[in-house]
Amino acid sequence: MIEPVDREFLSALCLARAGLRLDADKSYLIESRLGPVARREGYVSPEAFIGALREGADERLTWAAVEAMALPESEFFRDRAVFHHVVEVMLPAMVKARRDQPVRVWCNACGTGQEVYSLAMLLADAPGLAGQVELYASDLSERCLEKAQAGIYSQFEVQRGLPARMLVRHFEKRGESFQLSPRIRQMLRWRRVNLMDDLSPFGQFDLVLCRSLLGQLAPDALAHVQGQLKRALTPGGRLVLGLKDPTGDLAPVAAAPGVFALAA
Amino acid sequence: MKTCLVVDDSRVIRKVSRRILEDLGFEVAEAADGVEAMAWCTAVMPDVILLDWQMPVMDGLQFVKRLRSEPGGDRPKVVFCTVENSLERISEALNAGADEYIMKPFDGSIVAGKLEYLGLCA
Repeated sequence: MIEPVDREFLSALCLARAGLRLDADKSYLIESRLGPVARREGYVSPEAFIGALREGADERLTWAAVEAMALPESEFFRDRAVFHHVVEVMLPAMVKARRDQPVRVWCNACGTGQEVYSLAMLLADAPGLAGQVELYASDLSERCLEKAQAGIYSQFEVQRGLPARMLVRHFEKRGESFQLSPRIRQMLRWRRVNLMDDLSPFGQFDLVLCRSLLGQLAPDALAHVQGQLKRALTPGGRLVLGLKDPTGDLAPVAAAPGVFALAA
Repeated sequence: MKTCLVVDDSRVIRKVSRRILEDLGFEVAEAADGVEAMAWCTAVMPDVILLDWQMPVMDGLQFVKRLRSEPGGDRPKVVFCTVENSLERISEALNAGADEYIMKPFDGSIVAGKLEYLGLCA
């Protein structure tokens, strides 16, 4: 059982490092998410792990805890219609408008990669688009990024949202797991990014996907990250959010659920 | 109410599948092999068929090929549900006329996701 004092310590840590809000009514997430990390690091329980953090554990352990609490739900083609709209409507229009310049797409808070690979697979299947779009992916968690870059998923994971025809077309069997083909993996560039940090070195993007992170942020962090994402958009760029994410003053794009533009 | 025919020689799998499908709002019928399943389909075509591969008498692959050659046999969606988990097998099933593929073990969320993808449940 996580004591209130431990929950408050972890909550303050996640807020300070990543702007994350840990609601008191979701204390069960601390046990389910921190438990595996605690065991991996040799602690008998999440409570013991938090105890070590309180006594001043090193940066690696501190980030391991924050990253565990930021762990996103990830599956292929979550909200399928959004992906089809992006690849069949938005990106062809952007490629046409850009002419010889590549369209830049950034999928942040990408978790273990299912979302950005969903986009990559659709792009690979769309004649004339694949070579015209640069795909960037980032996450706060090094461990998530390692898994995402490897592109290896369990049998259970490839059955969540991924059509069987796409599995056959874009994956190779690796023992009991499945790995994205080199062709798809090579379409992506990965980087660890904390959205609380300065994002200006990454430049601007025609399309930014940030799905289901904003709802986890504390109010000040939310305002900060929303501002960062807006500044990361090119003029006329589009931001794709989760269907339940807070949208602030962004303007919804008609006929495209979850897609927003900067307010005029 | 949409109908689903569960075709599997394991009574346990049929029972588990029935429970999942009924929770999703399907009316469920059962068959223990491809021949029994063909008899069902000749009487009335279901909306979807959850189909094992390895079965006595007529296996899943033989069944789907036969089904697709029958009048009205192009209408049901066919979802393989089998321990066969190689990409070659999945490809073979899809080329024979299957619409989707589930590798065992499975749970309700996987079945629901596949049926949702096929437009059979919300």
